[in-house]
Amino acid sequence: MRKNAHKRQILKFAFFKYISRGALLISLAALSSVVIFILLRGIPYINMHLIFGDFTSKNPSIKPALIGTFYLILISVGIAAPVGIGSAIFLTEYTNSKSRLIRIVRVATETLAGIPSIVYGLFGYLIFVVALGLGYSLIGGGVTLSIMILPVIVRSTEENLLAVPASLREGSFALGSSKVRTIFSVILPCAASGIVTSLILAVGRVISESAVLILTIGMVVDRAPDNLISPGTSLALDVYYFGSHGYPEQAAATAVVLLVLVMAINITATVLGKIFGKGELANG
Amino acid sequence: MMNKAYRFIKARDLVMRGVFIFCAVFSIVALGCICAFLFANGLPFIGRVGLGNFFGSEWHLDSEAYGILSMIAASLYVTALSTVIGITIGLFTAVSLFKFCPENAVAPIRQMINLLAGIPSVIYGLFGLIIIVPFLRDYISPNGFGYGILAASLVLSVMVLPTIVSVSFDALNAVPKSYYEGALALGATSEQSVFKVMLPAAKSGILAAVVLAIGRAIGETMAVIMVLGNSPVMPKGLFQSVRTMTSNIALGATELSGDAATALVSTGVVLFAFTLLLNISFSLLKEQGGGKREKKRP
Repeated sequence: MRKNAHKRQILKFAFFKYISRGALLISLAALSSVVIFILLRGIPYINMHLIFGDFTSKNPSIKPALIGTFYLILISVGIAAPVGIGSAIFLTEYTNSKSRLIRIVRVATETLAGIPSIVYGLFGYLIFVVALGLGYSLIGGGVTLSIMILPVIVRSTEENLLAVPASLREGSFALGSSKVRTIFSVILPCAASGIVTSLILAVGRVISESAVLILTIGMVVDRAPDNLISPGTSLALDVYYFGSHGYPEQAAATAVVLLVLVMAINITATVLGKIFGKGELANG
Repeated sequence: MMNKAYRFIKARDLVMRGVFIFCAVFSIVALGCICAFLFANGLPFIGRVGLGNFFGSEWHLDSEAYGILSMIAASLYVTALSTVIGITIGLFTAVSLFKFCPENAVAPIRQMINLLAGIPSVIYGLFGLIIIVPFLRDYISPNGFGYGILAASLVLSVMVLPTIVSVSFDALNAVPKSYYEGALALGATSEQSVFKVMLPAAKSGILAAVVLAIGRAIGETMAVIMVLGNSPVMPKGLFQSVRTMTSNIALGATELSGDAATALVSTGVVLFAFTLLLNISFSLLKEQGGGKREKKRP
């Protein structure tokens, strides 16, 4: 009798093992089917006109979106990179980690990381569209995005700075360098590769984001933006626009372009990270 | 002469310290601004139309009914269902990656999952729109309608999978190996020790994965807006056009103005409150989990 119960126990857990193997297959199948179906549906509709042509309502193009996306990357990373790196430097190099300011900064960064992107969008809308009266504009979208990617940059830069051995700092101080000189000529160069990797990942976030932009840059898909305060669109927004306004083929094709860009960026980041051998990547 | 150079360096150190502090304080200021702008614009509106109206179930802009109860309900349904599906599959996947899969396949699979975690949410939405919704409509749905809670939950559960898998895999890896070996030494099979010893020991990390998944699911906009149908009505079934809080905001964003636009901001305030609650519980969990692990260490 007891022997039987024991056997049943063992069998039960062996069964769990097969369930978990099945789950692994399901996960991989589900995730890769997203990629495969999008590729299958979209690749036949990619052509020169879609990417470089002028927008007409019969033959839409994503040229305005490419330009808009480029501007958004410039603005958001241009703001978030210096601020984020500076913030990370303060958090790692000027600490005694118990100081109250540091703790508040940490909590603030973590809270920022958990805010849904649509709430960032509302914030950008309230500040740039309503309060500053700019209307929908690329600059408003870019600045809002920069706040959104700030936590990502701060966190990964912090990790990279912490990975720089303390002996390098001490050696630099022993040679008589000031704190600032140590930071700029010893620590930052050591951590540079990791920081570059994290900036590339941040670019990936910017390209993927759409909920923020729908509220801040206005989704004007049919003409290229003239300058930074004109409304515009981005690749991800175009996918949504085409998908929900009766251009399913163009939506799939745009999605392919977007997917290829994002994958290329993430692979570059991963490969760079491997080459420089600086710790874990892409874990959010 | 020396003195002057020294003073210069000293001054530069001070200035740069100020610059770094400014950068660090920037996040605090940004967070403060977000809270201030949202609450200052959203709360007075809720007060003006009245709690009964705002948390009612009628959303008719013409008759000034701004009830978002149906959207809160839809958000919660979609979040719950997608989290349950995602956690079930994701947790088993993590376990399988942890022990029950060829060792040299683990690193490539993890890499692949990390890479897929970067797929933009709008692509998941499009996938739902052109694949899942037609599939549900033709084969599963009893009423011939593909849009709705089930479609959104399926899309979201795939979307949160990478997060769940990597966080719970890391949690399992953080459990000391000796637990596993100890269980084996006591006569447990490998499967028993994984499911009865390692999983319970990784509990706090797995809870973190759940909270992260809930956070992503409740805040997701673009993936759900494309597969929900977006009618502001009370959800009554899996195949019915409903609207979540996030899709309400995104839908009205480009069209509404005046009071209706402010109603969107108030919707955002409610959503923001939900995520703040989640964040707080997450950090509490983390502190608790960290403390426990500290004690457990021999």
